[in-house]
Amino acid sequence: MAINWFKYSAPTNFYSLAGKLIPWFAVASLLFFVAGMYFGFVVAPTDAVQGEAYRIMFIHVPASILSMFIYLIMAGYAALGLIFKTRLSSMMASALAPTGALFAFISLWTGALWGKPMWGAWWVWDARLTSELILLFLYLGFIALHASIDDPRRADRAAALLAIVGSVNVPIIYFSVKWWNTLHQGSTIKFSGTSMHVAMQQALLLMLLACWCYAIVVALARVRSIILEREGATQWVGELSEVQR
Amino acid sequence: MKKLSLLSLLLLVIRRDLLLAMRRRADVLTTLIFFVMVVSLFPLGVGPELDMLRKMAPGVVWVAALLASMLSLARLFAADHADGTLEQMMLAPQSLSVLVLGKMIAHWMVSGLPLVLMAPVLGLQFDMPPQSLGILMLGLLLGTPVLSMLGAVGAALTLGLRGGGVLVSLLVLPLCIPVLIFGTGAVEAVNSGLNPNANLALMGAIVTMALVFTPWVTAQALRISME
Repeated sequence: MAINWFKYSAPTNFYSLAGKLIPWFAVASLLFFVAGMYFGFVVAPTDAVQGEAYRIMFIHVPASILSMFIYLIMAGYAALGLIFKTRLSSMMASALAPTGALFAFISLWTGALWGKPMWGAWWVWDARLTSELILLFLYLGFIALHASIDDPRRADRAAALLAIVGSVNVPIIYFSVKWWNTLHQGSTIKFSGTSMHVAMQQALLLMLLACWCYAIVVALARVRSIILEREGATQWVGELSEVQR
Repeated sequence: MKKLSLLSLLLLVIRRDLLLAMRRRADVLTTLIFFVMVVSLFPLGVGPELDMLRKMAPGVVWVAALLASMLSLARLFAADHADGTLEQMMLAPQSLSVLVLGKMIAHWMVSGLPLVLMAPVLGLQFDMPPQSLGILMLGLLLGTPVLSMLGAVGAALTLGLRGGGVLVSLLVLPLCIPVLIFGTGAVEAVNSGLNPNANLALMGAIVTMALVFTPWVTAQALRISME
């Protein structure tokens, strides 16, 4: 059986696929979140050095990972849209940007809350903090550039170019704790085993999955709105039951 | 008709842009005066203790250079865009990237080079020792071209947009931060008796990368903006 891989690259088909996927990922996100909260706050033991405050990491670490990862995915979609001129890729890129910006903001905010009891300061000019702040500015620049160009096609392409240029920052954030020996701790989870308690690690993994599913749900919901907005004049949108009401 | 070679095209664009800048000297001077004024305001703002000023000097000079180069970015393509010259340039049979590179170089000679030459005088105001001044100049010499090149990308992306001037700063400043970090890092290394070569080498790497990629990216951005 030949599968047509490109079927869902058309906004028409993707709109209904996204509609079907959203409830599944929403339920998965909720389940992972509840399980992650239970493991993180009940099962996981108190940290020997950092006490109870370390539990901030259950939201801080997933948010930081996702803020970087979403940027790369966004830049990837943007590049696809720029090179192959596929409309859906550009729409996905602009749908991902606000979620990425939100995660970057959460990462900075929870980092400040964690930094106060651990380092005694809300904000330290440490390499990773600063580069994460730059990441937030890159997201805001992408959104602002897209918003200030009226023609959606031109906006897509200009923002795509910016996203690609900005992606040089992501490896800098990722390696910043290695390159500059500053306050921020190095990574605890490595491919060669981890120095973390098993329950902590599992809670972290569950929260990461929860954030992941949340990002997918929100991006899909947003891309559906963008598709409706951009394709508003077409016949298939007029025939949708939710539009006719 | 004889077709221009790439090098003569490059020189032609540089010469034309420099000539245009010389005809409107006020634009160039305002950028410079802005740079000097921002730097001179700091001692008034934070107090005249020499120890503190010496410590702050590299950062202050670099941030002022960044802001000053933002100020002149709007001129890079706007005038050519307004009178249709840019469209003619894009129709030229030669590579648009080379043309853009010429404009970048001219922009740097008008807005970046004066800052490099001015920096030691401002450094003396902040009581910087001679060897730090040398490294500050060297860092600016390597860093200001990057500001012009990254700025050109931003200027091309926001060409003809309302509120473009503010948007350029939002787009370009985050990308310029590595230059700022390594530029000030080199001076601080000298101040604390270390070798500044690592910072300068990284700046050299950034310049090389920018030189390879930004003319092409700017050319693409111009095509997107002009279609």
